[in-house]
Amino acid sequence: MCLGVPGRVVSVEGLVATVDFWGVRRAVRLELVDEPVQAGDYVLNHVGFAIRRIPEEDIQGTLDLYESLLRGDGDLMAADVRAELEANPEQSPDA
Amino acid sequence: MPEGADSRQLKFRDPARARDLGRALTAAADAMGRTVSLMHVCGSHEQAIARYGLRAAFPRSLDVIMGPGCPVCITDTPEVDEGVALARQGVTIATYGDMVKVPGTVLSLGDAQAEGAKVEVVYSVTQAVELARATREPVVFFATGFETTAVATAAALLGGVPDNFSVLSAHKYIPPVMEIVAEMPGSKVEGFLAAGHAATITGWGVFEAFVERHKLPVVVAGFEPLDILAALVKLVELVRDRKPEVVNMFPRCVTREGNRNAQEQLFKVFRPAGGRWRGIAHVPNGNLRLRDEWAHVDARRRFDIDLRPLWKYAPPALVQDCICGDIMAGIANPKQCKLFGKECVPDTPVGACMVSSEGTCKIWHLYGGVPDLSSPDAPQAEVRP
Repeated sequence: MCLGVPGRVVSVEGLVATVDFWGVRRAVRLELVDEPVQAGDYVLNHVGFAIRRIPEEDIQGTLDLYESLLRGDGDLMAADVRAELEANPEQSPDA
Repeated sequence: MPEGADSRQLKFRDPARARDLGRALTAAADAMGRTVSLMHVCGSHEQAIARYGLRAAFPRSLDVIMGPGCPVCITDTPEVDEGVALARQGVTIATYGDMVKVPGTVLSLGDAQAEGAKVEVVYSVTQAVELARATREPVVFFATGFETTAVATAAALLGGVPDNFSVLSAHKYIPPVMEIVAEMPGSKVEGFLAAGHAATITGWGVFEAFVERHKLPVVVAGFEPLDILAALVKLVELVRDRKPEVVNMFPRCVTREGNRNAQEQLFKVFRPAGGRWRGIAHVPNGNLRLRDEWAHVDARRRFDIDLRPLWKYAPPALVQDCICGDIMAGIANPKQCKLFGKECVPDTPVGACMVSSEGTCKIWHLYGGVPDLSSPDAPQAEVRP
């Protein structure tokens, strides 16, 4: 539950961002993040909210880690990351 | 362990660094000349330790224990009972998935659902609010989780919710329970590993008062295996050098102040209150309850929650043998429980620790806990120095 999940911000409208998670676009709420977020940023998300903007130098390492986690089928960490994804409603590709 | 088997194929991203850290850990622990017990308080840490077989790399004199780091597991039985009673009174309960199987005194929410009560699984508080918007019936969000998750509940309430939506808060606050565990009679814990993502919200400064009071070091760690190994090396060194201080080993995510914006929202909506953590103790300030200003969305004040109808059921006999509380307090491990892997398995859990993906028992059941190093396929043996 504490793992969160990283994604790339595609667009921002008010307090909701459209975030790309490995090709799937989902809506993420921005009330909790403590820095301005804009298209192109990567954010760490937990239960539907962005909680932190990921610094540029950490993006690749963070993505590598989660990609290795998601490869584990039937794995507890993979399941937790997938549950984090489900917290964000899916949006149409042109959103 | 069919499900855990795949994970053993996973390699460290940097095996050479893992080896170096393994050596450093052994050197630091050997220099102590005695057993050192350290505690972490995060289900994701235990998942990573078990999944990557890190205990195979730990020196024998190092004992790394999981404490009360599973939010589902420490949700107290009477709190589950409140949810069950409300569901049986005809209120729709929306809650995170793991909560459905967690046993109350006599029934789980899943049991209530099987009897016809409306229990909906959600992945976020926003989805629970959506459920309320789609109906005129009362919807109660049974809100569990530590401060990392409570901030989301707070933000959702501050963002506005429909009149038929309320919250049954079982949110918990981690820093106070560390005090309780440190003060437990017979506790051998000499240092704590704090969860990186929770500290993203609270900041590492929240541990300074704890360190000052208890003279025990705290190291904030990420949950990547290398992060955990590096943090453990640091923690053993701090114990060895008798340096009780907070060290942040997850600087890319955690600052001293944390996420001020999120903290403000958290404490605008919730206040810390004393309460029981399942199986552990009464924890002063360990519960997050809704402030008086939020009475209009507080399920405990809006509804007359009647627990009496539950008393006609007899508690399951096996529960008496469950040692979940001792496991979460770090004074026992799953292999010391006579139900573990026999009567108590993930499909038919007796205790909460076997329910949640962050529960020690479920993690050990899937991955094994302390690896058998004599086995030819002992995980990650290459980390050993």
